[in-house]
Amino acid sequence: MHRFANPTRFVRLAGRVQPWAAAVALGCLGVGLYFALFSSPPDYQQGETVRIMYVHVPAAWMAMFCYVVMAAASASSLIWRHRVADLAAKATAPVGAAFTLLALVTGSLWGKPMWGTWWVWDARLTSVLILFFLYLGYIALQNAFEDPARGARAAAILAVVGVINVPIIKFSVDWWNTLHQPASLTRMD
Amino acid sequence: MRGFTHTLRRELRLALRQGGDSLLVVMFFVLVVVLFPLGVGPEPGILSRIGAGIIWVSALLAAMLSMDRLYQSDFEDGSLELLVLSPTPLEIIVLAKAAAHWLTTGLPLIAASPLLGLLLNLEAEGIAVMLASLALGTPALSLVGAIGAALVLGARRGGVLISLLILPLFIPILIFGVGAVDAALLELTYRPQLMVLGALLLLAAALSPWAAAAAVRQAVA
Repeated sequence: MHRFANPTRFVRLAGRVQPWAAAVALGCLGVGLYFALFSSPPDYQQGETVRIMYVHVPAAWMAMFCYVVMAAASASSLIWRHRVADLAAKATAPVGAAFTLLALVTGSLWGKPMWGTWWVWDARLTSVLILFFLYLGYIALQNAFEDPARGARAAAILAVVGVINVPIIKFSVDWWNTLHQPASLTRMD
Repeated sequence: MRGFTHTLRRELRLALRQGGDSLLVVMFFVLVVVLFPLGVGPEPGILSRIGAGIIWVSALLAAMLSMDRLYQSDFEDGSLELLVLSPTPLEIIVLAKAAAHWLTTGLPLIAASPLLGLLLNLEAEGIAVMLASLALGTPALSLVGAIGAALVLGARRGGVLISLLILPLFIPILIFGVGAVDAALLELTYRPQLMVLGALLLLAAALSPWAAAAAVRQAVA
């Protein structure tokens, strides 16, 4: 692991891997979208709108996953003062913010035909909205300083503080009575 | 402990000598609350329904606007660096600063809120619960705000930036604060909401000094 933590080696390796990773990502996205939009039957209750879920659920997962990655990278950058950790956190933030926005927008589009409303202020939706603002705050704080290293340190502390929101999002559907359904993919019953 | 009382006394003395600052915060609070009856119309029914929310949101904004008092002047004249270098742990100093911030803004806000509750036609029961929820909630605001205020030291447009950083973190406190008053007005039990507020306060008191001290260190480093 330590071999790849060397910034120069990391950047060289990342540059070589990136086109391949992008190709794999595009391929997977294409296959996944084909399955979701064409080769799967409509739901017996939701009809064609169930296809929104194939985008919404992974986007919501990625929104939280990216935040955890960003916070973990920020914590390691605070502890070990490692430039690669800074870079990882910085690169994850816009991706996570985009997925959060995607989850919010697709959820809203699905909610209008299914719940009859674009938006409700239940615990799940509100906490994901807070997550979106945390991402925006992180990005804004990072760009607010003349000295980029200072911005990275300040933003790292914010990312670690904001991680308290992640378990709230995860368990909001169990702790409160929400219109949003509880976790249904991992249920065993 | 001596470091804590020293810092607290210093902060309070500074606030007292500069004067006016606390009064300005309370004036802002009162003005924002007064804007609402003019904005949504003066029907007593509507006002008593949304009064708790108005007072809580205004208190939140007032507390946030006064956050730059926490470190800004110390940062500008360099005394923040001396505080970081002092033998007292920075966590204690930050805690004392947050306590002083609460005493000079949170407490005046709480003192002004019953009168505003009357203006907004809140019932006596609701006002009592609102006082309790503000008493538990505003110290948590000061503690969380101490993190945000340290993060934006020396930033461009720090005043706007701090709202983006700390308002999302204020939201849980707002939800349970207003929830307690709403439950009391509906004659339901409001103890759970107050207890969650107390838990949030304890959590903030235990964790935020660490985060705020780390933020101050990176600001002066």
